[in-house]
Amino acid sequence: MTREIAVVAFAQSDTLRTTEEQSEVEMLMPVLHDVLEQTGLKTADIGFTCSGSSDYLAGRAFSFTLALDGVGAWPPISESHVEMDGAWALYEAWTKLLTGDADTALVYSYGKSSPGPLRDVLTRQLDPYYVAPLWPDSVALAALQAQALIDAGDTDESALAAVAARCRTDASVNSRAQLRGSVPQGDYLVRPLRTGDCPPIGDGAAAVILAAGERARELCARPAWIRGIDHRIDAHALGVRDLTDSPSTRLAAEKAGAFERPVDTAELHAPFTSQEVVLRKALELDDTVRVNPSGGPLAANPIMAAGLVRIGEAAARIHRGESDRALAHATSGPCLQQNLVAVLEGES
Amino acid sequence: MSKEPVAVVGIGQTRHVAARRDVSIAGLVREAAQRALQDAELTWADIDAVVIGKAPDFFEGVMMPELYLADALGAVGKPMLRVHTAGSVGGSTALVAANLVAARAHGTVLTLAFEKQSESNAMWGLSLPIPFQQPLLAGAGGFFAPHVRAYMRRTGAPDTVGSLVAYKDRRNALKNPYAHLHEHDITLEKVQASPMLWDPIRYSETCPSSDGACAMVLTDRAGAARSPRPPAWMLGGAMRSEPTLFAGKDCVSPQAGKDCAADVYRQAGIADPRREIDAVEMYVPFSWYEPMWLENLGFADEGEGWKLTESGVTELDGDLPVNMSGGVLSTNPIGASGMIRFAEAALQVRGQAGEHQVDRARRVLGHAYGGGSQFFSMWLVGAEPPAS
Repeated sequence: MTREIAVVAFAQSDTLRTTEEQSEVEMLMPVLHDVLEQTGLKTADIGFTCSGSSDYLAGRAFSFTLALDGVGAWPPISESHVEMDGAWALYEAWTKLLTGDADTALVYSYGKSSPGPLRDVLTRQLDPYYVAPLWPDSVALAALQAQALIDAGDTDESALAAVAARCRTDASVNSRAQLRGSVPQGDYLVRPLRTGDCPPIGDGAAAVILAAGERARELCARPAWIRGIDHRIDAHALGVRDLTDSPSTRLAAEKAGAFERPVDTAELHAPFTSQEVVLRKALELDDTVRVNPSGGPLAANPIMAAGLVRIGEAAARIHRGESDRALAHATSGPCLQQNLVAVLEGES
Repeated sequence: MSKEPVAVVGIGQTRHVAARRDVSIAGLVREAAQRALQDAELTWADIDAVVIGKAPDFFEGVMMPELYLADALGAVGKPMLRVHTAGSVGGSTALVAANLVAARAHGTVLTLAFEKQSESNAMWGLSLPIPFQQPLLAGAGGFFAPHVRAYMRRTGAPDTVGSLVAYKDRRNALKNPYAHLHEHDITLEKVQASPMLWDPIRYSETCPSSDGACAMVLTDRAGAARSPRPPAWMLGGAMRSEPTLFAGKDCVSPQAGKDCAADVYRQAGIADPRREIDAVEMYVPFSWYEPMWLENLGFADEGEGWKLTESGVTELDGDLPVNMSGGVLSTNPIGASGMIRFAEAALQVRGQAGEHQVDRARRVLGHAYGGGSQFFSMWLVGAEPPAS
């Protein structure tokens, strides 16, 4: 019998185009206070803490050590860090709770994309010998993927524009989002992607609390139970991948049990409109599923936190009784290379 | 539901050197991974998940390099996690991988840590620019030298203790074909005559910069039963963290280190580490950290650690051998250094440490630390499976 583990609280910062006046710790601290207050827990009550962030975004080595100051790790805490989106920090925390070593976990992540030229910075993620020296940027790579989809007949520019419009309209009720309401599709940034097809560049932080079994029921009126969670990675070289498909997403979803019963909601980490098309296909989501009611990454895309935000948003809908079974997805790497899928459920 | 016992059934590492110009980053990690698979007599297909760790991405200039390494490590179609907990990362990475097995999320996991320091200059990579830090601290030695001086003042240890550690570790390294430094003509006098870098730390009491990788195959009880060679069993494992700087922090013997060791001993049922643990492979980047950690880990009373070193207890043929492999003082691919400690502990209890094997090593501690003496990860491995 596997231990039951749930998301019992979620908090996030506003996603802002720039946070020059704030350090990462200052951006993170209100979020940590918020998520702890929701449960009444203090740092010392937490069994395990795990975070996700990137030194490259911060522009300095060991950037996460400063964030630890914000947690208040005294007396010393049981703690770990992944150089990945916070969704993977949540996965590590989930396995820690599964072992029975801890009953509660604090998961947080943050990213400031504003200090550097983000498109250039993300090229440093590519194969350092054969690809990175060419500096192909994240938008250009996403455009390759979008063009492949159009060529395959999977979508067209007006369908992509409709995705963009739907997300930003939905975001109009999300006070944390960066782009809300009516946003023009704009000019081509990299053909066939227009500015409207691309995510805003922004800074933000998010935090989640996990709890096991009865502890979850004590801390939350309607816990979002993690029925399954899995993540998989595809090959790195774009030339050996079919960019119109995402086998790693499909496999992760299968392992997480996503196809056992239909979900009513899906929060997809699709920073580009075209990537929602790929993910809908891989996850077999039809029009009855409410996709990205928060507005998704097209409305707010704090890198390193945006995946954890998807899990948090899906869980929050279950907490509020607006969903009974939701899928949350996170991605990393160029053109959806690495993908995580979680299936969350509320009890009736 | 009890945890699944975790066994180490494969260990592989590269021959650590200053610069591996003959291989790419992918080639380096693959070499260690293949050796671990060979040791376990497994293939890539037997691996369910990959957990990789390394220190700051600036050391190679690749952001989140695990994305690019997925192919080289046979991770395509599998789960892949990337851990980064500063200098302790090699140990933490092994513990995260062990957790996947303990939680029964996966049966057999490949864990690997690496650093290819020749791609950059680690000392300046660690020296943060203004406004993050005053321009006073050059590299890790500049940060840790005051802590060493504090230890010497507190304990009244003689100035020579540091050189004894370095002399021992560099001689141990001569017995380890994978070690980076092989100083065949080393003498205690040479160590003591080497240039002063960060007073009281001399050049020969300092870790080198290395290129290298270390990998382990971790598996469950069923996997261990199929192992062609004796497995090492994890008897306890823990991580602890505290802030870098705060009023009241004990930089010489941090509370997080004490708490981490206590947690490991509790899991393993160890009441007296000095009597019940046969050898220790600990993270000693600067010689004086051997006596400091001996106290922090409970092998000596406060102020007494240096006496163990001075009296030869920590020699390879001593009563409590420390850093049988030659330690971080002889090999330091930073991100991998913690995992090399963990792997050496496992090699010892498997009886596979070759010339640097300790007789009757049944329970051995692997230890790593990082950041400003603030991140700790440790595991205790044994020749016999855990009792429960």
